[in-house]
Amino acid sequence: MTEERKKVAGTSARRVDAIAKVTGAARYTVDLSVSGMAHAIVVRSTRAHARITKIDRAAAAAGPGVLRVITGDDLLAAGLTPYYGHVVLDHPVLAIERVRFHGEPVAVVVAETRREAAEAAELVDVRYEELPAVIDADDALKPDAPILHTQRGERVGDEGMDQGESGLVGNVCAIAGLGWGNVEGAFKGAHLVVEGEYRYPKLYGYAMEPYNALAFFDQGDLIVFSSAQHVYMVRRDLARMFRLPLARVRVSAPYVGGGYGTKSYTKIEGMTAAAAHFTGRPVKLDLSVEEAILTTRSASARIRARSAFAADGKLLARDFEIVMNSGAYTDNTPLVNSKTANRCFGPYRIPALRVVARSVFTNTVPSSSLRGFGAPQGNIAGELQMDEAAAKLGIDPVELRLRNLVGPGEEFMPGKRPLDADLKDDLRCLASALGWPGATVGRSIGLGISASDAGAYPTSTAAIRIHSDTSITLFTGSTELGQGSRTVLSQIVAEEMGVPLESVSVVNGDTGVVTYERTTGASRTTTITGRAVQEACRDARGRVRELASQTLEVPTAEIEDTAGGIRARGRELSYGEVIEQWFGAGGEVLGHGAVRRAEGFAKMPPFYEIGCSGLELEVDRETGQIHLTKLTTVGDVGFAINPALVHGQDAGAAMMGLGAALHEELVYDGEQLANPNVVDYRVPRFSDVPDEVVHLLAERRDGSGPYGAKGAGEGAGNTIGGSVASALGRLLGVFPHELPATPERVWRLINESEKDRGRTR
Amino acid sequence: MGRREIQLRLNGGDRRVEVEDQMLLIELVRSLGLVGTKLSCDTQVCGACTVLLDGRPVSSCSTLAIEADGKPVGTIEGLADGAKLHPLQEAFIDRFAFQCGYCTPGMIIAAKALLDEKPSPDAAEVRHWMEGNICRCTGYQTIVDAVLDAADQMRTTR
Repeated sequence: MTEERKKVAGTSARRVDAIAKVTGAARYTVDLSVSGMAHAIVVRSTRAHARITKIDRAAAAAGPGVLRVITGDDLLAAGLTPYYGHVVLDHPVLAIERVRFHGEPVAVVVAETRREAAEAAELVDVRYEELPAVIDADDALKPDAPILHTQRGERVGDEGMDQGESGLVGNVCAIAGLGWGNVEGAFKGAHLVVEGEYRYPKLYGYAMEPYNALAFFDQGDLIVFSSAQHVYMVRRDLARMFRLPLARVRVSAPYVGGGYGTKSYTKIEGMTAAAAHFTGRPVKLDLSVEEAILTTRSASARIRARSAFAADGKLLARDFEIVMNSGAYTDNTPLVNSKTANRCFGPYRIPALRVVARSVFTNTVPSSSLRGFGAPQGNIAGELQMDEAAAKLGIDPVELRLRNLVGPGEEFMPGKRPLDADLKDDLRCLASALGWPGATVGRSIGLGISASDAGAYPTSTAAIRIHSDTSITLFTGSTELGQGSRTVLSQIVAEEMGVPLESVSVVNGDTGVVTYERTTGASRTTTITGRAVQEACRDARGRVRELASQTLEVPTAEIEDTAGGIRARGRELSYGEVIEQWFGAGGEVLGHGAVRRAEGFAKMPPFYEIGCSGLELEVDRETGQIHLTKLTTVGDVGFAINPALVHGQDAGAAMMGLGAALHEELVYDGEQLANPNVVDYRVPRFSDVPDEVVHLLAERRDGSGPYGAKGAGEGAGNTIGGSVASALGRLLGVFPHELPATPERVWRLINESEKDRGRTR
Repeated sequence: MGRREIQLRLNGGDRRVEVEDQMLLIELVRSLGLVGTKLSCDTQVCGACTVLLDGRPVSSCSTLAIEADGKPVGTIEGLADGAKLHPLQEAFIDRFAFQCGYCTPGMIIAAKALLDEKPSPDAAEVRHWMEGNICRCTGYQTIVDAVLDAADQMRTTR
């Protein structure tokens, strides 16, 4: 079969939001205002775990310009649902009776100006009776640990809850496990067992637009603008909170200043809407970066891992016990937890496997989604043990992986979608581009490979309107976070409909206008939304043929599609001409497309997201400072609908992975965060760009999305932590088991390795 | 809380505006509808709020509006010549040097200050100059490429 030539898909078309973004014209939620808008400031808990005994708001309420001081009790008294959460309804919009982490919202002050609200917020007097707090996940599992949730919230979602509520006792928030084969037997008979404990830090995604929202009511309908990724998920939470039908809640995300998972699900929309409800005014709430850090982080992980190998390097068994610190409330923890379990052991043929992952409530900032979603956490254990085993077996680490990787079409999780990628080829390509095994003295290469069960639940819809001049508007619930979804989805419309890209416009991310989209996350938009867009185009073309059949009095079977129109009995008409002839004047055609867990997406996951990236580094032995000389990514995306955007996703994901591998870590000093700011929490800067950066593509048309595409955006970062650890290990002779590999940790590692060498001398 | 009138020379315009003493420069420009300048870290670390003050890049989140009295202020909105984009803006588009776009106005303004001062920087000089601007999306390489492209473009058309 010859592949059909694509005209627009497959080209690095200019971003459709380009001019708006380079001229400052792009409007983000933070830029919006409406007349009569008041401003809110959040009063936050100064205790990690305490009972609230009294909130005295009289002084604050009397402050100049103050409209209202709102607490959790107000929500209860008004009969609102005062909790949110898409899996478990346990996250109070504002604290009720108890606070569970330092920085938790306790009250909201609404005033005419932001400054007046901030000044009044200082006057809200909250009295606490302190309770013992638990910060560390292992401590939270001890029998005498203080229990955060003596009564569990109501279950309202299924995400990550395949195993139901069994095992959710004490502070265990989520539990997941999988496995097969005779694990103990395999370990007993193994030629080599590699064993260790690995740690991955708590991270802050730092989307540069901090969380903010604008809410108001219009005839009882709630309207919220927010820097949110999943507008439909937020709609559901708000509808429940205000006991409104879904149709009477509108959530809109205009341009979003970075997401990376941190803006998944509801964050501050409930507080903002409550402020609008109680004041009768439109209310704007803008968080600071410090407050954003107190809103969401990613879960840290401690992983005990064992891998058993035969003498020829074949994996015999793997065993993972994972404990994640998931903070004060459930949020997306069950899903992150189960993904961590699924992603830790790698796309290898493993005859016997056991994985148990538990996420634990602690009195810390609640954790939720962040790029990679459990994959980077597990990677440091799963991939690094491949390198540790290779060193012990005397087998090249790339060769060791090649001997164990699953092939295309092979199932590596029973009952799940067979692998839709050629990982061996990807890995060979990566190794070759990196100059594996490396020849420069003092430098070391690390690499890794992963296949994440991505895409989330494949529910998506889209609509297009063909106008009477043949231009087309696409409606999609997918949010533009910077990933370029507006551009890629426009390219798909242009390709399917045979019209120039310039005549396609996109309306997105507004539940009052666009069609349903489950989420914008899990690297799903191109693959899943893209398929819905194709279906909408097919539907619209069918309608155009029907209209043409009626006006031309030709059976539909005799009408052919052309680029931008139809042909019938030798006559060619554009879409616009067909439309105008049918209506007589003006008019339009609407096409709707839907995809669900059926046909191409019947088997979960909808696709695997491949991670295939590596790097070369050198270390200053005096200071422990790491310098990156090379970074290479292989974007196995099936088909790159816009290659430049794929490179951009790979570059961004890899750089974010490097931040976590080298610098980033949220640190608790006692019961408070020690570094809730971007001075002390150091994200990558220009000086961190590796000397040489190469992004490659692997396009085998093996994805379930349009033209064989599959998702990108997270994979390239997933293997970076393990790659850094592996490169360091082979350079220093000791494999670091904890990230980030800060200069201090590396320096200690160097000393450790020199001591070891002294002993063996 | 005092108020005073300042001479605001914003993007080539010239007018008197009354500001509160403690008003920040970012608050002033955004209150005038020029919301391309973005607030992020609010601590002079991330560079998203960068504007040109008297030709120098400054963090407008940490600069008082009254400091701009009588001095030219340049924001992203003043960069294009009508519909004709500045070479930096063209290069950022061609190189895909932005994703979410939130850091982009500050990034482009910082780059403009560099090229005004040093029309032919090398990659290391670009990286060093731009160290005060954070981007979480791109991984920076495309931004360095875009600034170098724009420098080339501006030299050849000069």
